[in-house]
Amino acid sequence: MSVGERDPHSGYMTTGHEWNGIKELNTPVPRPVWLFLIASFLISVMMWVLLPAWPLGSTFTRGALGYNERAALDERVAVAASARASWMTPLETMSYEEARADSDLLMRVKQTGQTLFGDNCAACHGVEAKGGPGYPNLVDTAWLWGGDIDAISETLRVGINTEHPDTQYAQMPSLGRDGALDKKSILRVISYVQSLSNPAIAEEAPARVAEGNALFAENCSSCHGEDAKGIQELGAPNLADKAWIYGGDRASLYQTIQYGRNGHMPAWEGRLSEAERRLLAIYLLDLAESQPQ
Amino acid sequence: MFGAHYKLERNAIGLVLMIIGVASIGGLVEIAPLFTIDETVEEAPDMRVYTPLELAGRNIYIREGCYACHSQMIRTLRDEVERYGPYSLAVESQYDHPMLWGSKRTGPDLARLGNKYSDDWHVAHLLDPRSVVPGSVMPAYAWLARTELDTDDMSAHLSAQRAVGVPYDEDMIAEAAADAIGQARPDSDGAEGVIDRYGDDTAIRNFDGAPGKPTEMDALVAYLQILGRLTDVAHAGASENVESAESGS
Repeated sequence: MSVGERDPHSGYMTTGHEWNGIKELNTPVPRPVWLFLIASFLISVMMWVLLPAWPLGSTFTRGALGYNERAALDERVAVAASARASWMTPLETMSYEEARADSDLLMRVKQTGQTLFGDNCAACHGVEAKGGPGYPNLVDTAWLWGGDIDAISETLRVGINTEHPDTQYAQMPSLGRDGALDKKSILRVISYVQSLSNPAIAEEAPARVAEGNALFAENCSSCHGEDAKGIQELGAPNLADKAWIYGGDRASLYQTIQYGRNGHMPAWEGRLSEAERRLLAIYLLDLAESQPQ
Repeated sequence: MFGAHYKLERNAIGLVLMIIGVASIGGLVEIAPLFTIDETVEEAPDMRVYTPLELAGRNIYIREGCYACHSQMIRTLRDEVERYGPYSLAVESQYDHPMLWGSKRTGPDLARLGNKYSDDWHVAHLLDPRSVVPGSVMPAYAWLARTELDTDDMSAHLSAQRAVGVPYDEDMIAEAAADAIGQARPDSDGAEGVIDRYGDDTAIRNFDGAPGKPTEMDALVAYLQILGRLTDVAHAGASENVESAESGS
């Protein structure tokens, strides 16, 4: 071990090691580095004292501040909920007309409704609530299970064809595949059904439509009603309007009658509160009214 | 103190022992909490294991890299809890080997996706995401619907999971392939065995809606529909569970 010597240029001692004539200065660690290092250690010791830090067997040091991330979250959620409660809670019993009469409330419903709809409903029904093949348009005033605020929020609560114990249940049977209607009969029923919303078809082929009408009365009217205007208690759609869930063209109608349909609307009880479900119902009814008809 | 390391550097064994001592601090800080994992993780007595079909779907989820864009971890932040539901608990991933919490969200969090949307929606969305969500940037996974599910190695997957602590029994492992098919085909003979082994609440249906043999689409949709639903513990006052776990119950 050689002894360090003083470097004539910098005035510092060398380490005494030498590599092919190169020597290393033994400069001290700069003071600011020591300061920051010591400060960081002191801060971490402070944090150990103030915040939850060390595991101790089956528990842990809880810290002088008693901070608990989950409790803090519960509090923040509760504060936000109570701030909303003044206008959200009345929604649970309010009618649509009452809600619409209150312009402040309606503004809040529109803002909150847009977020709730976007997070939960838009994936299927689209951001504008206009639906798509298999997913009903919610702003066209045609409703499967009823279009007042109570019926809509009930559909939101229990869903359609879900595992919820109170679920609304509806199925379009596969009349073709199960042999109730042969292919020719299906085509005639399609002509009749299309003629309901498009009278021109009845003028073109009155015989086909009349035959279809007879077949309809026999096979379809128990659910869709004798006038084909649907029965909301059964979730059977109105076939006489221009609103179609699976499409009103001949190919889609053939598919529907031949193979049946079994739509699925999830149940939202557990994800959305009663007030949120009614808020969404108001949001949709208001959105429907503001649509250009 | 400032001169101490001169002495230490001249004592080879002392230096080695000190290096080992200092280096092991980092390891201890990471490992020590695991010694008390039984006391610190919540309890979920109602929790069931993944069925073979769901496990197969989970493997597809890993294979396709879904975790790169979707997390399965709802954090203790108000906006996350109000959007996705109760925050995730450690116990909810006790049968996840490996866990799929993820670290980045290009798409939304999936921790509580189960039963949020219909099977039809999932199938349409995986076939062509833009068909249902016009602004989506998710790639299409259309081949899942035409790829038959490979069930030959299902038993091996279940044994591997059991080796790392998932309580699959002998029956479940032996019947894994039959159960995977049975769960996706309610009209088949295997469906009953799935209920016997995994419980009455297990969803048994044709997840992809297509006739024929179960596909990878069946498996992935079955997995997506169980996310967050293996236990209800997160919905039932999670903080109470933590308190009772901490007091050593």
